[in-house]
Amino acid sequence: MTRFLKHFRYVMGENPVTVFAFSLFTVILFMGIFGHWIAPYDPLATNTAMTLKPPSWSHPFGTDHLGRDVFSRVIVATRLDLGIAVSAVALSFLIGSALGCSAGFWGGWPDRIIGRFSDTIMAFPLFVLAMGIVAAMGNSVENIIYATAIINLPFYIRVSRTEASVRRNAGYVNAARLSGCTDGRILATQVFPNILPPMMIQISLNMGWAILNAAGLSFIGLGVRPPDAEWGIMVAEGATYIVSGEWWLALFPGAALMTAVFCFNLLGDGLRDLVDPLRRT
Amino acid sequence: MRTKLHQVGRRLLQALPSVFGVVVISFALTRALPGDPAIYFAGAMADKESIEQVRIALGLDRSWLEQFFIYVGNLFKGDMGLSLSTGQPVLQELLTRLPASLELTFIGLGLAVLLAVPLGILAATHPGSWIDHVCRVLVTAGVSLPTFFTGLFLIYIFYYLLGWAPSPLGRLDILYLSPPTVTGFYTIDSLLARDGETFISSLKQLILPAFTLGLFALAPIARMTRGGMLGALSSDYVRTARANGLARATVLLTYAFRNAALPLLTTLGMVFSFLLGANVLVEKVFSWPGIGSFAIEALVASDYAAVQGFVLTMALLFVVVNLTIDVILTLTDPRVGLDD
Repeated sequence: MTRFLKHFRYVMGENPVTVFAFSLFTVILFMGIFGHWIAPYDPLATNTAMTLKPPSWSHPFGTDHLGRDVFSRVIVATRLDLGIAVSAVALSFLIGSALGCSAGFWGGWPDRIIGRFSDTIMAFPLFVLAMGIVAAMGNSVENIIYATAIINLPFYIRVSRTEASVRRNAGYVNAARLSGCTDGRILATQVFPNILPPMMIQISLNMGWAILNAAGLSFIGLGVRPPDAEWGIMVAEGATYIVSGEWWLALFPGAALMTAVFCFNLLGDGLRDLVDPLRRT
Repeated sequence: MRTKLHQVGRRLLQALPSVFGVVVISFALTRALPGDPAIYFAGAMADKESIEQVRIALGLDRSWLEQFFIYVGNLFKGDMGLSLSTGQPVLQELLTRLPASLELTFIGLGLAVLLAVPLGILAATHPGSWIDHVCRVLVTAGVSLPTFFTGLFLIYIFYYLLGWAPSPLGRLDILYLSPPTVTGFYTIDSLLARDGETFISSLKQLILPAFTLGLFALAPIARMTRGGMLGALSSDYVRTARANGLARATVLLTYAFRNAALPLLTTLGMVFSFLLGANVLVEKVFSWPGIGSFAIEALVASDYAAVQGFVLTMALLFVVVNLTIDVILTLTDPRVGLDD
């Protein structure tokens, strides 16, 4: 553990950008958890006397066309956006690594079927496939999560398949086999924990993309419905007012979205440096 | 040459399973609708009789396998069903809108390549320098930018504040008539018709959306160029070329970049996939009359045949693009296929 901390400190000292990303991540996480208590106003409370007011001291991000406080809405939306992305990524991580591990470990026909399956998903432009899935399964937040999880599956399948196939004949796997472990047990206790580091990087890089995707879907009117606060839908609502000069409606939720994605991408790069110094770019 | 043709032919055959997979998934999507698909495809205003008609037309009263063959048969005839919102066949709707989307996507991709390749080369020739760091930050920022957000703020700055860009509504200013259709690409058509004014106008409308798309594609291309160039520059053949005293530009472009360009070409396929998705968002922001806007309207109107037709078209387009890239690779790279 102390060795890990030392290495952690070393990588952090080497790369100030990663320090920045880690602190940003804590802020975002904090807002996601405590956002509802921090927000100065009720995110859904309309106020007809205060519509479309530019940023001021009492409303740092201005107010929208219904007089709602944009600052509060941006903060409260963190939980929904993070929630969608985390659930989607968790789903595709669990299913993807189970499929990928079995494909890489056993090879043969499971490998071929799973490989063909993930190739077929990759044959679609992924955002478009997500649109199709949501259109087919129905327009709801859960289906946004499922759609995002499905389009991310191939990435997890690929990484875990390669990592598992490299390790299928490793010394410790053979040792476990000799001591009488079943294949399932070897997969769960020997192979899976060892492929976690590369999977963590994949998760972090994927989180940003999942957030972007979900926000994109709600921008075109899928999933989250007004009046719920969500970054994509807030940008969509603000889009109408951009051409008449009310920029704050779209800027702040968009900037929040961008910051979150930027943070996860930087974090992914940082994690890769931490876990695998050889692949540093 | 014969072996090359042979390889290309084999590559074309290899595309068949992906086409099959795409068709299977889009069939599954049309049947995944909760409840009775016939009611969905007939639309909200349909009476019992027309629902029955749709049911028979789609073969919904038969087994899954039969339904699938009916679906494939219809596709071969170019029948993707009727769009409920416009009353026209989906295929026709998509075909009239496709050039608008393609023009936008290609120009966006072109812009991205023009910007990203030099950036990547610069970063690779000066690793660890400030250019490299700027490149890294720019590249990460580029992927982090939601396209719809970039588009909106380009509109705010260049249309609202500066007044340089025309109003972000479609492919041409309302003052102009669309040029006679030859390719469907307004820039090319207006040039063919020797109509300079329309050409300039359509170009002006294109710049902002194309730049928005390009900014999004910039990141992966720059990253791949940098990675590929770093690999090539540290190779033996580049060292030999340097030792023989070849000019810097020759070493960089002829020796290193040519080799780095091949993996780059493969990435372009992936980038294209992301661009097709981003295209939908950009089209919505700029009211671009392409197939993306059509699909969004169809989604809002619960026009399922249109949405599924759109998904299928995009997927087939992507398969074709990947195929083209692979064929180009096979024809230009002598190493492809040597190992078998």
